[in-house]
This record gives sequence, structure tokens and C-alpha cells, in this order.
Amino acid sequence: MTIRTLRDYGQHYRPRMACLKNVEVFVVEMQDPKSGVKGADQKLNVTIIPHVINGQDILAWIVTKMKVTTEEAQAFGTMLVAYGYIYPLQNHRKLVLVPDSTLYRFQTPYFWPVQKWPAEDIDYAIYLARRNIRKKGMLEPYEQQHYDNLHKWMNPKWDFIVMQATEQYKANKERKKPDRVVLDCQERAYWIVHRPPRRTHSAMDYGLDRLIDPNAEEVTGEYCNIFLTQALMRSAVKSSMSLTAFVKFVTTHHNHDPFLTTPVPSNPWITDSDEFWQLNSRSVDIPTKLSVERWVLSFWELISDPRGRVDFKLFLKKEHSAENMAFYEAAEEMRWGAASAIPEKSQFIFNTFLKPGAPRWINIDGRTMGLTVKGLVVPHRYVLDAAQTHIFLLMKKDTFYRYLKSPVHKDMQKRALVPAPHVFTDAQLEANVRNRNPGVSPILQWQQEEEEKAAAAVAARPIDVKAMVATNKLDRK
Amino acid sequence: MCDQTFLAITFGPCDSCSENRPLMNLYIKTEPINYCSLCMEIMACQGLASGETLKSLKAESETLRKKLEEERKKLHDVELEKVAEKAEALGELNMKTRRTLKGHGNKVLCMDWCKDKRRIVSSSQDGKVIVWDAFTTNKEHAVTMPTTWVMACAYAPSGCAIACGGLDNKCSVYPLSLDKDENLAAKKKSVAMHTNYLSGCTFTNSDMQILTSSGDGTSALWDVESGQLLQSFHGHSADVLTLDLAPSETGNTFVSGGSDKKANVWDLRSGQNVQSFDTHDSDINCVKYYPSGDAFASASDDSTCRLFDLRADREVSIYSKDSIMFGAASVDFSLSGRLLFAGYNDYTINVWDVLKGTRVAILFGHENRVSSLRVSPDGTAFCSGSWDNTLRIWA
Repeated sequence: MTIRTLRDYGQHYRPRMACLKNVEVFVVEMQDPKSGVKGADQKLNVTIIPHVINGQDILAWIVTKMKVTTEEAQAFGTMLVAYGYIYPLQNHRKLVLVPDSTLYRFQTPYFWPVQKWPAEDIDYAIYLARRNIRKKGMLEPYEQQHYDNLHKWMNPKWDFIVMQATEQYKANKERKKPDRVVLDCQERAYWIVHRPPRRTHSAMDYGLDRLIDPNAEEVTGEYCNIFLTQALMRSAVKSSMSLTAFVKFVTTHHNHDPFLTTPVPSNPWITDSDEFWQLNSRSVDIPTKLSVERWVLSFWELISDPRGRVDFKLFLKKEHSAENMAFYEAAEEMRWGAASAIPEKSQFIFNTFLKPGAPRWINIDGRTMGLTVKGLVVPHRYVLDAAQTHIFLLMKKDTFYRYLKSPVHKDMQKRALVPAPHVFTDAQLEANVRNRNPGVSPILQWQQEEEEKAAAAVAARPIDVKAMVATNKLDRK
Repeated sequence: MCDQTFLAITFGPCDSCSENRPLMNLYIKTEPINYCSLCMEIMACQGLASGETLKSLKAESETLRKKLEEERKKLHDVELEKVAEKAEALGELNMKTRRTLKGHGNKVLCMDWCKDKRRIVSSSQDGKVIVWDAFTTNKEHAVTMPTTWVMACAYAPSGCAIACGGLDNKCSVYPLSLDKDENLAAKKKSVAMHTNYLSGCTFTNSDMQILTSSGDGTSALWDVESGQLLQSFHGHSADVLTLDLAPSETGNTFVSGGSDKKANVWDLRSGQNVQSFDTHDSDINCVKYYPSGDAFASASDDSTCRLFDLRADREVSIYSKDSIMFGAASVDFSLSGRLLFAGYNDYTINVWDVLKGTRVAILFGHENRVSSLRVSPDGTAFCSGSWDNTLRIWA
């Protein structure tokens, strides 16, 4: 059969409806008299309802047509019901596909989602009014609520609505009983999908409309051309190079991915034991072997892991080049910090790291130093970018490799733990569930870290010799 | 690391307004000029210069586009499937729901993990924002926003605050405390002000800055303490639905996806649109960076997820199946980048092999569409929030 529908499957103010195009093609195939789902006539009280299909048949048909598993087919079938293409005859409020002898019917194309869009309130009001007349005031509670609401909001039009409803009710009476029953079922199904009662999951309940019409004519002005020229000027990399980089990344990180390699001792979510987190925490004495292996992968991995950063700082202290890391951290803080703190922080950084003769003077080339100092006259968030990049590259290309060869690191590699995998009996697993560790609140941890940082800052301050003499600490007696 | 992270940015006096600002280096007819982002906007919105008509601009646009495509084609010498043959095959994946978090009275719209790998913040349609300890399934904090449809929520890197927003056009930050009788609503701080609904928000590397995206078509970077707008990003021609910050060493870029089917990469410092990808057929609901920062994946209403390579400047893979007809709402990568988890509007979660392009698993369990999906910071589990009012942790 040919069904004429709106061509605008596009976005025109309707989020998430682009799928309907393919779904409708599928539904048409389902209804094909020769190759579609086999229907039968069903007796309901006295009337006979034609073309009734049952859940099992629908499921079997989808499985064969799409070549998928039963579960997938059921999910797809449920979506067909949720969109209103198929509606259940009994239990009409639950819009799911039940794969047994539950009865369903195909919805008439007149009531398909994309046809009568959007479902107008006035139509709903007329429908409810008509239902009210038919049921002599006995509407379902959610319908009653809607009815009262609409009565309040559409009061001026209410006479028109009631008139329409009465007309339609009279016209309905003229129809034959089976037709009337079928039409009633169809309409009711349509309105359940478009005005779902509480606890009914309808796919037409799609959320909010988009604000801007994405189908509007796009104004291509200067902006577009500037962007394209820019894109042409930029260099791109060969596919082979970048794609091999992805494969390499995946391979090197394979052992660290808990979904691909079972974490040791065990995944906390599966066994309810949080030992995995405890062993990898920032303040642990000896890190796990896996962590140490991850640090070796790149400088960025080393400093992103808090425990790794601690180790690296220890190494730097031994090498007496801790000022690089301190500068990097200070610059990061300024960059990501509050706007009001920028002048103060830039002053502090200048005095501590950049000024000639500064106590923790960093070694950067003259040009960068010149640029940075000039920029610090009017400090802004990104003034230290050039210097920070220079220092970062220095640490990455030089210090990092020295760290990997250093005794600090080699010693850590030897001492690193390889925790034994947990083997829990069922009883133990149940006990774990009962005794789940609440852990440390991140707020407390943050406070702790801040205190540590403050203490470290005090310790790193240059010693004021005069002050010490004044307080007789350097008394040579 | 790719060159994108070390984009040479100049800072200095703008050519037109002569104020000291981060500059965009542009080329107008091969002539380099340095404008600040504000002047660039003004210039781009100006009417046609003399000697130009709308037609000539369009024609120029077409020729430039063709040239760009040619250049990109020359560099495209191999497909991902070919390179991925070297990668070993995946074993059997056995993922189940390990925790179900019940407590929201309405659709769960968004969720985010805390850096401590076990706490979660989630927001729902009725305005409730709840902080859970997902490991013990206890609710730790709860706040009711004065707005419905809280579509964006984020956990601060320190773990001491949360940010959320939605139909109120604002992004508000709530500092968390250990006090049992806290009144979170009293300490609320309004940070971002957009002209329409807030669709996404995320903290940058500290608690002091927030990046937001809005239905009014713009994204913006805000200073939390003062509520000041630090940088705004214009370029989408329709609602911006999602954003993600790059995990790179210098963390200077972010990607946003919108209702105009485009995914744009932006430079945080200058506000410039660095790259744009428009191969999707429908709204982009979610974008997420690859763990290395050199690529990103997007989920769209056209039922496909796609992988875009930033260095080669093209789309490299499409994750789709004939049997998947309904839109994808959310994606995230596993820690190694081998697996891509995607939540769909047909109530299922599909797990894709990123390299080989095949689907490795399909997960059932939710009773309504999966609206948001995120992998935990250490990759041990992922959480999916759904319109059936629950959140599920899978491992």
C-alpha cells in the first residue's frame, strides 16, 4: 500500500524524530499481506476485530527480517509500540511488546506520529469531551485531570469543543459496531502515546523542542570564507600516521583498561571490595606494578597520576631541580584559577621564579624570558603560556628520561606491588556487600591536600638569614 | 601529542581595536591579520564589502570547500579497518548492572563522576540534583533547583562543589560541605547567564572556571568567583547540545556539537573555531574526546556514532547497524579507547569496538531511553542515567 506522509522527516523543530523515516518503511513491510505478519480475527465480547496479531508472531517476524537476537527484536518491537505504530488491545497503558499471545493491532496511518503533528490540545479536548459524553462522566483519573486543566485553559472555546464533541458522538453512533470499536481503540491508543498517563513510557514524550530551526537558510558570509581559508592554511596529517597512533595508544593501554584486563586485586564494583582504590590512592607508600608501568608510557601519564607526581617530585628534589615543577604547577594554578587572583599570583611567580636573582629561578631562553616579563606588566591569564610550554617540554624531553633511568624509579619498579587477585566465596561476597567501605569524603581529602600544599610552600620559602640571626636560632655558641 | 595543543597563540594589541587581547591569526585573501575575537565577530557580521555580492561570496565559499576536500583527500591513504587488522581481537565481554540507583522521581537527564571514582552527581527533570556515593548507593547530598529540566550537571575536580543548570538559562555552583544539616540552596552561586536553556556544563582543570553550552547557539567560559564571562564561542547556527574538554597536556581546546549537525573544535584562549565537522545527518546529541586527545566521537539522532580524527581533519569511522534505527543520546570511551559505549533512545546500550568498527555487545535493562552515559575516571565501570528515573552502574 502506498502511504502518503509528510516529507519533512528532518529536524524542523522536532528533536529526535529523524528515525521515523526508516521505521515507517519497516512498518509498511510488516503489514504486507503476503510477506508481513500474519493476522487473524479476534472475538471480543460480541464483536469481531479484524487483523489482530499477537506478540509472539511480531517478535518472530522481526527476528527473521532483521536477523537479530530475540532480545534485540523485543527492544525494537517495544519501540514500535512506544511510537504508536502498533498498539496493544488489552492492558493498553503499557507500551511494551510482550512476546506471548498478547494481542496487538497495527495503527492506522492516519494516526501515525508524523502525520498529525503536533497533537493539538484542542483535538485532545474534543476527544476527552466526547469520551466524557460516552462514559457519562466516568473518565480515568489522569484523563479527568487533563480534562479539568483543559477546561480551565480553553474556557472561551469550550462551547465550540462541546459542540464538536457532540457532533462526532452522533456521527459515531451511525457507524457499525465493529468499526466503532476499532476506531475507538485506535483513537485511544493515539492519545495514550501523545498524552501518556503517569508511568507510561511513550516515545512521543521526547523532551524539549529545539530553540533554533536548524533548517533555516544558513547565511554564508565573510565568516565562512575566513574559516575555510584558515582551514586550508592549516596543515593536516596523513591518515596512516594518525590511525597507527590510535592503534598504538590502544595497544599500550590495553593492560590498564579494566574492561579489557581484569584489574588486580579485583574490580570494586564486582566484588564490593575497594582494595583496588586503596592500593592506587595518592598517599599509598608503595604503588602497584601496573601504576608504575603506566607512568613509563609518557610524561603526561606520570604527572596526571597523583602518586606518580609525588614520585617525580621526590626525584626532582634529589636532583635539586624542583623549581621547574613548582613553576609549572604555579602557572597551571594561575591559568585555571580565579580572575581576581591573577595579579597577586603573577607577582608571586615573578618574584619567586623569573626575576633575576630569584630564589627559585627557572632556566628558560632569553627570548621567552623577555616576552614573559614584558607580558607581566599587564598580567592576564595566559601570560605564562610560552614559559610554561618551554618548561613542560624541557621536563618531558629531558628530565623525564633521566627520571626513568634514575635509581629512585628503578627502586620503585622493584618494590612495586603485584596484588594477588581476590578469590571470594559466595559467603564472602555477601559479606562484602554488607560491609561496603564508605571511603573518605572528597571534601576531607581536598582539605588535607590543601594543608599539605601550604606546608610545602612554607618549607620551600627561601630562608631569611637575618631573621634567623635576630631570633638567635643561628647562635654559634 | 598533536600540534593542536601547541597552537601558537599571540597576545597583543588587536589590529582594529588596539586593545591587549588574545588574538586570532586570520587570513583574508592570503593577507594575514590579527584580530581579537570581538572585532572578528563585528567584521564577519558586516554587510558585503564593495565589489562583493551574496552570489560571489557563495561561489568563493564553494571553491574553497572543494579545494579543502581535495587537499584532505590527498592525505587519506588508508582506512581505519586496514590499520586495525594488526590489533588483536577482543575477548568475551561480560558486563552486568552492578548497582541501580533509585531515588529520582522523574527522568534522569544528566550525570557526572567525581574524581574519587565512586561518587556521582545526577540531575533530573523535576529539578532535583542528587550526589550519590555509587559504591554504597547512599545519597549524600540533594538539592532542589528552582527550575525543571536540569539538563546539565558537573562535579568539580576537587570534589567540593557541583554545578548544574537547565531551563533557568543559568549555571549555578553549589559548594558541598560535610555538614549533615546543610542547606545547599542557601549557598548557591549563579555563574553563567545565557539567553536560553543550558544544555551542557563542565569544570575546566580547577573549580574556578566553568565551560557552558546553551540552546542560544553559543558556548562560554566563565570565572566562578566573579561570574565574569571570560570568553564566548560563536559559530553554531542552531542550539549547542553538548561539549567536552580536551584531555591533552595543555588542555586548550574543547569540542561542541549542535542541532545544526556540526561538531566544532574551539580554542579556549582566543575563542576561535579551529575545526569543523559536518558529516552527520541529524542533531549531534553528545561528543566525547578520545583518551589521547587526538580524536573525538559523536552520537547523533541519525542513529550513528562517528569517530573524527583531529590531526587528519576527517571522519574516520561510522558505528551503525541496520537494526539500530533510533537516535544515540550519549557516548563515552573506555580507558584505553578500544571500546565505545553508546546509549540509545530504544532503551539499549551498544558497545562498539572502536578500531574494527563492529558491535561487541548490547546491554538491556533500562525501561526508557538512556539519556546520559559516562565511564568512571579510572575506567572500572560506567554509569548510565535513563528516563526511567534510575541510574545503573555497569562493570
